[in-house]
Amino acid sequence: MVRIDGQGNGNSLIRARGLGKTYQRGGEATHVLQGLNLDVDAGDFVAFMGPSGSGKTTLLNLLGGLDVPTAGSVTVAGDEITRMSARKLTAWRARHVGFVFQMYNLIPVLTAFQNVELPLLLTHLSKAERRRHVETALAVVGLADRMHHYPRQLSGGQEQRVGIARAIVADPTFLLCDEPTGDLDRKSADEILGLVDRLVTEHGKTVLMVTHDPLAAERARVVLHLEKGVLVDTVTAGRAR
Amino acid sequence: MAIPLIYNVRSLRARWTSTVVAVLGIAGTVGVFVAMLSLARGFEATLVASGSARNAIVRRAGATSEMDSSVTLEQVRVVEDAPGVERGDAGALVSPEVVVIASFPLKGRDTEGNAQVRGVSPKALAVRPTVRIVAGRVFQPGLTELLVGRNVAASYVGLELGRTVRFGGGTWTVVGVFDSGGTAYDSELWCDFSVLRQVYQRPQHLFQSATARLASPDALTGFKDALTADPRVTVQVDREVDYYAKQSRQLTTLITVLGSIVAVVMGIGAVFGALNTMYSAVAERAREIATLRALGFGSGSIVLSFILEALGIALVGGLLGCVAVLPLNGLTTGTINWQTFSHLAFAFRVTPLLLAWGLLFALLMGLVGGVPPAIRAARARIAVALREL
Repeated sequence: MVRIDGQGNGNSLIRARGLGKTYQRGGEATHVLQGLNLDVDAGDFVAFMGPSGSGKTTLLNLLGGLDVPTAGSVTVAGDEITRMSARKLTAWRARHVGFVFQMYNLIPVLTAFQNVELPLLLTHLSKAERRRHVETALAVVGLADRMHHYPRQLSGGQEQRVGIARAIVADPTFLLCDEPTGDLDRKSADEILGLVDRLVTEHGKTVLMVTHDPLAAERARVVLHLEKGVLVDTVTAGRAR
Repeated sequence: MAIPLIYNVRSLRARWTSTVVAVLGIAGTVGVFVAMLSLARGFEATLVASGSARNAIVRRAGATSEMDSSVTLEQVRVVEDAPGVERGDAGALVSPEVVVIASFPLKGRDTEGNAQVRGVSPKALAVRPTVRIVAGRVFQPGLTELLVGRNVAASYVGLELGRTVRFGGGTWTVVGVFDSGGTAYDSELWCDFSVLRQVYQRPQHLFQSATARLASPDALTGFKDALTADPRVTVQVDREVDYYAKQSRQLTTLITVLGSIVAVVMGIGAVFGALNTMYSAVAERAREIATLRALGFGSGSIVLSFILEALGIALVGGLLGCVAVLPLNGLTTGTINWQTFSHLAFAFRVTPLLLAWGLLFALLMGLVGGVPPAIRAARARIAVALREL
């Protein structure tokens, strides 16, 4: 269940209340987000759409603890992340958030295996356990046979699949995808969207995705529209499942 | 857990051109630094090794070196009778000596160099057992014959074994070459003191120093106390090692200070090289760094990772600089000994301690060049840096 009216029942996985973000540029205040409310339950697949500059990515950054709001609060699984110190927030991100980026953001000098292993280096898993987790994650995205390839040896679609494997390998509470198909051709984009879809339906993941692509948004169970920093539409049902 | 080192190693390799520039900058600086110190160390070691702990050098009270000292024959007799002096078949092992400076043309150059000519007693070789004749023979008392140090034979024109040379109004023949094990004596010419005094028209009862072989190193105190308390003589007594260490101090300090200034100036340049390399590394990898931080690597891990990367560059540069100066070890060069105004040949001494100093200096440069970029990397706003191209 996704709500934007601030009337969530308190059981939601992600809860934002009165969320605001203002940037000061040359003495002028730009209000990117204003008084935004959001409730997302576990297992939801939400797409955020809206024109450029509407605050989609800013919202994703605030929900993922990459940025701090100027007003309001974000609570995830009972933890109010907007009150956390920078150090605590870093540890929280490692434990709870899986990021998927438009440009994949793989480390070019590390192999697919090493890229996917990165989040596990922050856990207490042994080397053997890490290896098992990485192999599983790469198998889920269908790249078990490419684990020793460097990003430059992979296609865009394959790189993004490695990005997704990296996002899921530590079994985070939810995934944040920022334009995950924005840099891909249609065929690769569809493959990636199919993969995200499976993560939700088969693995019960919670996914919040920013996209410009209506076909991508269609995959989500819920599509929310952002305009000038406010969620304007009521909840729109996505493609019938 | 820290960011894996392989990330830094491969990143450096991927950007090898700017890495090489930084490495060479640090290597050059360390090379100059270690070379200068090994020069000072070699000069010091040559002079200090000239002295023996069992020898005492007696000079006029207040004399700064043998050049401005004088010791009379009567005083030499008192020295010979002093307690603690080793005695052999020929009596007390004391060599009263006369020192003059003569100039000779240097090989391979258009200039002349000052060489120290030491008039010694026949006991001089017994007083200094480390001096060995390696070619020819000892001079004969009463004749204008020379025994030259091995550096003299190698450095000057016309001072090879068997050659005849004119100086001080006399004509001298080189009859032997000695080796004192790389000490200052190797840059000296030895002859009979009475002949040298005659040729230079010096008074026959005057010497400039007397070197005594002691029964043991511990005998110095008794020997020194006896002489300084004796009203017949006004002399100063030094252990030979200390005398030469004192002589080396001025020049070694100068070389060390000048060397350090040059190294610091070069070091500043190398630090800028390292800063430039690391700042551009941070700028080029802004998105990678932001990604690592988004994944949950803390600021501390990022700072540590980039400092280690800078230290890695510095270590490679430092090792390269050290390897580059290793061939200098043992290379002989010469300079003027300012205490005696004579030419002194000595060898560079690249010691493990100096190499360690060089590496430490390199790491210091790496640290200074690495910390500011590392802090910048950790401070960038993740949300902004994630979108950098």
